[in-house]
Amino acid sequence: MKFLVCISNVPDTTTKITFTPDNKEFNKAGVQFVINPWDEYALTRAIELKEAQGAGTVTVLNVGEADTEPNIRKALAIGADDAIRVNAAPKDAYFVAQQIAAVAKEGAYDVILMGKESIDYNGFQVHGMVGEMLGIPTVAPAMKLDMSGSTATLEREIEGGKEIVEVSAPFVASCQQPMCEPRIPNMRGIMTARTKPLKVVEAVGEGARTEVAEFALPPKKQGVKLIPAESAGELIRLLRNEAKVI
Amino acid sequence: MSVLVVVECDNGEVKKSSLEVASYGSQVAQMLGTTATAVAVGEATEANLAKLGEQGISKVLYDAEPRLKDFVNGAYTKLIAGAAEKESSLVIVLANSNIGASVGSRLSVRLQASLATNVVELPKNNGGQFTVKRGAFSGKAFADVVLMGERKILAVKKNSIEALHNAGQVAQVERFSASLTDADFVDAPKQVVMQDQAGGVLLPEADLVVSGGRGMKGPENWHLIEDLAKALGAATACSKPVSDVDWRPHHEHVGQTGITVSPNLYIACGISGAIQHLAGVNSSKVIVVINKDPEAPFFKAADYGIVGDVFEVLPKLTQAIKELN
Ligand SMILES: Cc1cc2nc3c(=O)[nH]c(=O)nc-3n(C[C@H](O)[C@H](O)[C@H](O)COP(=O)(O)OP(=O)(O)OC[C@H]3O[C@@H](n4cnc5c(N)ncnc54)[C@H](O)[C@@H]3O)c2cc1C
Ligand SMILES: Cc1cc2nc3c(=O)[nH]c(=O)nc-3n(C[C@H](O)[C@H](O)[C@H](O)COP(=O)(O)OP(=O)(O)OC[C@H]3O[C@@H](n4cnc5c(N)ncnc54)[C@H](O)[C@@H]3O)c2cc1C
Repeated sequence: MKFLVCISNVPDTTTKITFTPDNKEFNKAGVQFVINPWDEYALTRAIELKEAQGAGTVTVLNVGEADTEPNIRKALAIGADDAIRVNAAPKDAYFVAQQIAAVAKEGAYDVILMGKESIDYNGFQVHGMVGEMLGIPTVAPAMKLDMSGSTATLEREIEGGKEIVEVSAPFVASCQQPMCEPRIPNMRGIMTARTKPLKVVEAVGEGARTEVAEFALPPKKQGVKLIPAESAGELIRLLRNEAKVI
Repeated sequence: MSVLVVVECDNGEVKKSSLEVASYGSQVAQMLGTTATAVAVGEATEANLAKLGEQGISKVLYDAEPRLKDFVNGAYTKLIAGAAEKESSLVIVLANSNIGASVGSRLSVRLQASLATNVVELPKNNGGQFTVKRGAFSGKAFADVVLMGERKILAVKKNSIEALHNAGQVAQVERFSASLTDADFVDAPKQVVMQDQAGGVLLPEADLVVSGGRGMKGPENWHLIEDLAKALGAATACSKPVSDVDWRPHHEHVGQTGITVSPNLYIACGISGAIQHLAGVNSSKVIVVINKDPEAPFFKAADYGIVGDVFEVLPKLTQAIKELN
């Protein structure tokens, strides 16, 4: 099986979000970028499935500029065999999806794994777009993925429950916990990652269909109203009469 | 040219989040000088669909194909695309749910539309520029996004707008067939397992949420959370470490790497308020924090707080609610 794992390069989860003075762009200054946490599930599961099958390859793919390469190398250190970077700023989900679909088609990948969503832009859409572009099923978000031959059994989370779905390769799945325990790179992995192939290709297709006009931060809270623990019941009265939420 | 609204139904009822989506769609229709048509997915009854008139919907298209009861991405996409063609819709509105966003992303490719998910406000249409506000950076920011395509698809986040209730208005329910074939059901579920939720309130749809963290000390104390949730009619949730050690199931884990909730009320019990946790809850209308440490970061994000021991405070709150009801 040929696995393609798509990773996005996102601000670390502890990042305090700020924007450039015109509020048009995210302020990258001093920000640590990491592999999108959901994508770590996709990567680790692909490696586990390859190991279980005893054959196959895991390729990581990122659509991004050269500054994403440290995280691509990290994915190689975790255990991917090779990597592809589409050399372009990820303008929007549609743009990114076209790049992924083109790479997937060219390389005839059997299983395309992504994360549930990218924690920067929170689109939850690239996987559906790629599935549609390739004319294959997308299972999103998947909590479990097992394979037997070219048939996959997945658990798809739906509001209030889950569906057990069976699809044949090729397919797209977007991964989330508790699919696996994401691996971290070990010393040997880090050493071998340096010499694993990382191919850079240019972008294809049309431009973006959306554009950010302006970013804004959420309004600040008024400040907390403290109620003494002894008169906890008073809180209930405030929630009913003042906040009017119960 | 009508605005097309996708309403999700379950056990015959229109989901509450879809009543909001319908209200959103009818307001967009009004803005654009047209009407709003709904297309129903899931298990619906014609009587309940007709009631969507109260949310400003004029017409509801309904395909009674029994296999549409469960979510099937391929079939739902074809059904909605068919309805959009029939209505020549340039704007399609769905819920920002796992179902809505999954279908929305496929549709955006099929219909060559611009897509915005996680939408939190009604759009602005200034000088032909169609802009919507959406949540980004896991609740830490918002982005005004311009949709450049002629066709637009919007997935609206729960609890972002009030549902309309124009009593007595009735929508016309029309049978609609998307001529679905077996090929549209290749990703049909083999089995659907619904969670057995205490009190029957599902977290993603809940208006009120009671959530517990490591400060609850262990699963044996969760009856305190459940009792309060039951008295309020709330759903229960937890922090990541709590589900990591299996005190609670994974579907209750909220935060940046769990689910995002935006209820009217979020009560955090023994949760410190780490930035990754806040990301999943900070669009809640009112946040209450109960923590014995007055320095806990969560108090900075709270509207009401009690500095105290959860084991003493929670029974008092449950008691106070029971007295009130
Ligand atoms: C400040 C800032 C502004 C941005 N502005 C926009 C914008 O205006 N519009 C916009 O749509 N995007 C924007 N992006 C880009 C965004 O980061 C994404 O790369 C891309 O748009 C997809 O985001 P999504 O949230 O829709 O992805 P999702 O659909 O949430 O991602 C799902 C999965 O797709 C895969 N994936 C996503 N992005 C990539 C990628 N680049 N390379 C490889 N795999 C990927 C991952 O597996 C991911 O888990 C912006 C990013 C930043 C940091
Ligand atoms: C990449 C990444 C992603 C993450 N994603 C998430 C996520 O999605 N969601 C999430 O929740 N976390 C997430 N985390 C973890 C997060 O950083 C915190 O570790 C976690 O939220 C802490 O959980 P907690 O508040 O339950 O526990 P703690 O931080 O241990 O806090 C327990 C609190 O309980 C209080 N307490 C103790 N005893 C009592 C008592 N008797 N009465 C009252 N109060 C008491 C303490 O004062 C303390 O404030 C993530 C971390 C990383 C690195």
